[in-house]
Amino acid sequence: MSVQTEGTDTAGEPAVRKARIPGPPRGADRDSGSPSRRGVAAPYLLLLPALLATVVLLGWPLVKNGMLSFQNLNPRQLIQHLTEWNGVDNYRKVLTGSDFWKVVERSVFFTAANVVLIMVFGTLIGLLLARLGKKMRLTLLVGLVLAWAMPYIAATTVYQWLFAQRFGVVNWVLDKLGWHSMADYNWMGSQFSTFSVIILLIVWQSVPFVAINLYAATTTIPKELYEAAALDGAGAWQSFTSVTLPFLRPFLYSTTFLEVIWVFKAFPQVFAINEGGPDRLTETLPIYAYVEGVGNQHFGVGAAISFLTILALLVITSYYLRMVLKQEEDEL
Amino acid sequence: MKRSLFGRIWPNATAVILFAGFVFPVYWMFATAFKPTGDIISENPVWFPTNVTFSHFTKAVHADHFWTLVLNSVTVTVCSVLCSLVIALFAAFALARMRFRGRRGLIVTFMLAQMAPWEVMIIAIYMIVRDDDMLNSLVPLTVFYTMMVLPLTILTLRGYVAAVPKELEESAMVDGCTRMQAFRKVIFPLLAPGLMATSLFGFITAWNEFPLALILNKDIEKQTLPLWLSQFQTAFGDDWGATMAASSLFALPILILFIFLQRKAVSGLTDGAVKG
Repeated sequence: MSVQTEGTDTAGEPAVRKARIPGPPRGADRDSGSPSRRGVAAPYLLLLPALLATVVLLGWPLVKNGMLSFQNLNPRQLIQHLTEWNGVDNYRKVLTGSDFWKVVERSVFFTAANVVLIMVFGTLIGLLLARLGKKMRLTLLVGLVLAWAMPYIAATTVYQWLFAQRFGVVNWVLDKLGWHSMADYNWMGSQFSTFSVIILLIVWQSVPFVAINLYAATTTIPKELYEAAALDGAGAWQSFTSVTLPFLRPFLYSTTFLEVIWVFKAFPQVFAINEGGPDRLTETLPIYAYVEGVGNQHFGVGAAISFLTILALLVITSYYLRMVLKQEEDEL
Repeated sequence: MKRSLFGRIWPNATAVILFAGFVFPVYWMFATAFKPTGDIISENPVWFPTNVTFSHFTKAVHADHFWTLVLNSVTVTVCSVLCSLVIALFAAFALARMRFRGRRGLIVTFMLAQMAPWEVMIIAIYMIVRDDDMLNSLVPLTVFYTMMVLPLTILTLRGYVAAVPKELEESAMVDGCTRMQAFRKVIFPLLAPGLMATSLFGFITAWNEFPLALILNKDIEKQTLPLWLSQFQTAFGDDWGATMAASSLFALPILILFIFLQRKAVSGLTDGAVKG
């Protein structure tokens, strides 16, 4: 999730949508006078490096991944540089095994839990930011930004320390709160508790993005809308549902999709906290692909799992993209 | 009266609790790093480091290969961010200032590329890099990190270029500049803050990247800091002081960069990414 902060995240935010700037009339190029061959080719030349990079560095691994998924590729073939095609064997193996579906189910629950928590807390905190006084808002913003900026692996080691069995501060607090059985609790010992730590970590790191952007979006809501709502006799709740919510809806939709994509493919936090353990019970799809493919050296099978994961992501992404495109229709 | 007082208190109280919750892990990292080991492994947590020690930092810095890894991480991060900025600047200029066939399609392509599932393509990338005999090298990492940050860099820079008034460029060209000169002398200086803010996300991505480095560079001499940090605790036993000191050293550059550039970068995203 190293792209956590990325995004055309606020693409749907109406307030920042700007009217389309009309392009120059054709042939207005100064250096050409008339649309000479050079003038027409210029944008393509400027875009060439970016396009080339995308095709080679993104396209090739995608194609390669597809090809690998139809190969019988284990340590022997790897060392001897053999290419053994085996048709859809890898897929048959993956799709008929029970492991894969367990992981899929787990990934879906994991993603859902994270995204729901991130969106609910992110939205609430964003709205709270809008209500706070200037000093308090700045204070909370500093806290959010610090959590947001913490590098994933650093955050992971800190959470390992917070939840450490011996001398971990979380266990100490739980013990003092009267939960004495937690005094020496091993958080990495079971599937549920390990996931709890991972989810807390991801939510902690992801909420700031939603909260800060949502707050930024609320500042762009015209005051007149609230005044009009108040004139019509709307209470606090009604003005929220009739003014704030509709205004934020596109933003909420697109952020939810982005979070789904990011959480679904999250790797560093899930892997680094306990390498998918205990007993491989916290492997989500990307970790499963890595452990099967690289750890157990079934590269072909790993590639097939990756391909299926990419397929799932593509479906999610296409929904998101269609939405963004609809919103920006005339601005592209 | 009572109600309004309550109404004023609860948002502030919630904010204080939230602030504490968000800051605590970061605070605990730094606090632990400065505490003597006796205070770290104590039955009751020492909330404030009173006996400050730098020994954990010394230990982290003197760990095998530390400076090699710092150099590796800095090299890979800086090179990939610079490469992507240069490539993106050309592309962003074309997308923001020119109308041509296929423009819309290209923007969609970059939006899609921005969501590329690098985390699940590591097996394929491993095979490609291995077939080219480039395992345990910083070059493939730099190249792929460049690509990882390129789409977002293009899309945000496009916003920054579009925000520079066209008239400035045109009047420079009326004054006899070529389009290229107008760009270099007029637009580029105005873009500087935008370039800085845009690079922030590139820096974070490359500095943070874990799965690709994990699979491509097994040789400790060619690893990057996130890998080292993820293995630190295993290597040093439960030496939380040193682990937290190492984490602090790793996190500090990004925390500083983020605090300085955050506001610019976020506004760049909000009104940059959709303009043009």
